Amino acid sequence: MSVLLETQGLTKRFGGLTAVNGVSLTVKRGEVLGLLGPNGSGKTTLMNLISGALKSSEGALLIAGKDMTGAPPHRIAKSGVARTFQLVKILPSLTLEENVMVPAAFGPDRLWGRALKTQVAECLDMVGLHARAGQQASELTYIDQKRLELARALASAPKLLLLDEWLAGLNPTELHEGIRLIRELEQTGITIIMVEHIMDAVRALCPRCAVMNSGTLIADGATNEVLSDPHVVAAYLGEEDA
Amino acid sequence: MMYILSALGLAALAVLPMVFGDYGTGMLVGLAGYVTLATSWAMFSGPTRYISLATVAFFGVGAYTVAVLNEVLPYPLVLLAAAGIGATMALLVGLSTLRLAGIYFVIFTFGLAELVRQLITWFEVNVTGTLGRYIFLDLEAKHIYWQLLALGAATLALSAWIRRSRLGLALRVIGDDETVAAHSGINLARTKLVLFVASSTIITLVGAIQAPRWVYVEPSIVFNPTVSFLTVIMALLGGATRLWGPLCGAVPLFLLFEWLSARFPDHFSILLGLMFMAVVYALPDGVLAALERFRHRGKEGNGTSAPKPAKEANA
Ligand SMILES: Nc1ncnc2c1ncn2[C@@H]1O[C@H](COP(=O)(O)OP(=O)(O)OP(=O)(O)O)[C@@H](O)[C@H]1O
Ligand SMILES: [Mg+2]
Repeated sequence: MSVLLETQGLTKRFGGLTAVNGVSLTVKRGEVLGLLGPNGSGKTTLMNLISGALKSSEGALLIAGKDMTGAPPHRIAKSGVARTFQLVKILPSLTLEENVMVPAAFGPDRLWGRALKTQVAECLDMVGLHARAGQQASELTYIDQKRLELARALASAPKLLLLDEWLAGLNPTELHEGIRLIRELEQTGITIIMVEHIMDAVRALCPRCAVMNSGTLIADGATNEVLSDPHVVAAYLGEEDA
Repeated sequence: MMYILSALGLAALAVLPMVFGDYGTGMLVGLAGYVTLATSWAMFSGPTRYISLATVAFFGVGAYTVAVLNEVLPYPLVLLAAAGIGATMALLVGLSTLRLAGIYFVIFTFGLAELVRQLITWFEVNVTGTLGRYIFLDLEAKHIYWQLLALGAATLALSAWIRRSRLGLALRVIGDDETVAAHSGINLARTKLVLFVASSTIITLVGAIQAPRWVYVEPSIVFNPTVSFLTVIMALLGGATRLWGPLCGAVPLFLLFEWLSARFPDHFSILLGLMFMAVVYALPDGVLAALERFRHRGKEGNGTSAPKPAKEANA
């Protein structure tokens, strides 16, 4: 398996605060990596560095062997990276169909016309929103907005999918459904990094886990081993004390 | 069918100077000018929601180009030069300002018009030694009207084409959420720049085409900030995100402003200011959108139309 993503000592400082501190990670094609850590440990910031939303203060970012350090988000998107946001971001004035169209039309494949229509229909179908394609995105409930966001991320046929707490805020039935959906995705061979607090979901979906604490990577390995690592347990217990 | 109707409509508009006489034709020039200004302004500002007050900076530069070059070059080349200068200026301004957000962009564009005016005044006084210039071109009001009509039609056609193109989709996404746009592969800076240059070039051409109407030109005449404000009010009132919105705003407002400025010449600026605030506060989406909401409500029996969320800050 070849390496798809490599970060070398990635660091992000906000003024005096070091949100991500020298993180080096290697993710191979087809891997599904869970990214864990207590609140404020820098998970979202690391995702932002990978997607280009933020520029790193130090370190390097390689995607499919290409140096993407400091590249703007549109270039990273074009190289096959797609994401969802911790605070759901839909395009409210566009229809569901148009929302999903966007990354397909501007991403790596730049689809248009019939090919675009087919791709959009497939992605909406996958998340079960096919019947409502013409509806305005602002009319959706929270869970449906999350579904739409996933469909949109998939529309560019990404090599690397970044999910930032995509399963958060769902009720048990929806969670079950969400896990099934991501498992289906895994079968397509896509590479996923998912930030997740729900341990059942992590156990069910991620063979490998990385754990952050105060911006630093404190563990990286097989999920079972990582979750029983004393450092990791301490990090989480520390959070509960606070 | 659409093309035939458009051609017929244009032909009907083109014979209007024969019907209305000199005074009427003067009004037609103003109308066609503002319809084109508002439509081209909305081409950039509508979808991106950047409120530009730089309209008169480009308009004035167009007029001044004609004033300077009208005795040196043949007329078509003068227009070409004006377009080239407008596009170059828009490129420079765009590269340096399109990353400014919201109110800073408004202030910068307002300042730009003043800056250009002061620069030209300084240059004329200190270098060429002539503040005023004369334009001797053998063009009657109806010739100017026909040119503006053609430019206006071309502007509408370009806007219609952009809407159906990939570029139009990119603009709507940028208007909704820039973070999502960038993460979908849209090059924000380039998309905005392309539109800003296209819009500003058309505005420059409107100024150039209208210039012969003045005969005598000096900076304080062609860089009148009222032009920028009128354009914004017209486009917003009609609806800057709709193809026909700016036209629907420009026609009645132009007639209203003509009447107001004749009737209350001393209070015109105050009326204009009040109108500007009223439009920005009460009808930011335009009259057409308000009407549509109203009809929608009538049909459904309750107000279900979702309010437009404000543009959020970045992730
Ligand atoms: N744009 C920013 N400017 C300043 N500080 C920031 C910014 N973004 C994040 N931070 C800070 O960086 C630290 C890491 O935040 P981050 O959002 O990456 O944490 P997280 O692990 O995703 O947390 P959570 O589990 O709550 O989502 C926090 O202390 C946060 O306040
Ligand atoms: Mg987070």
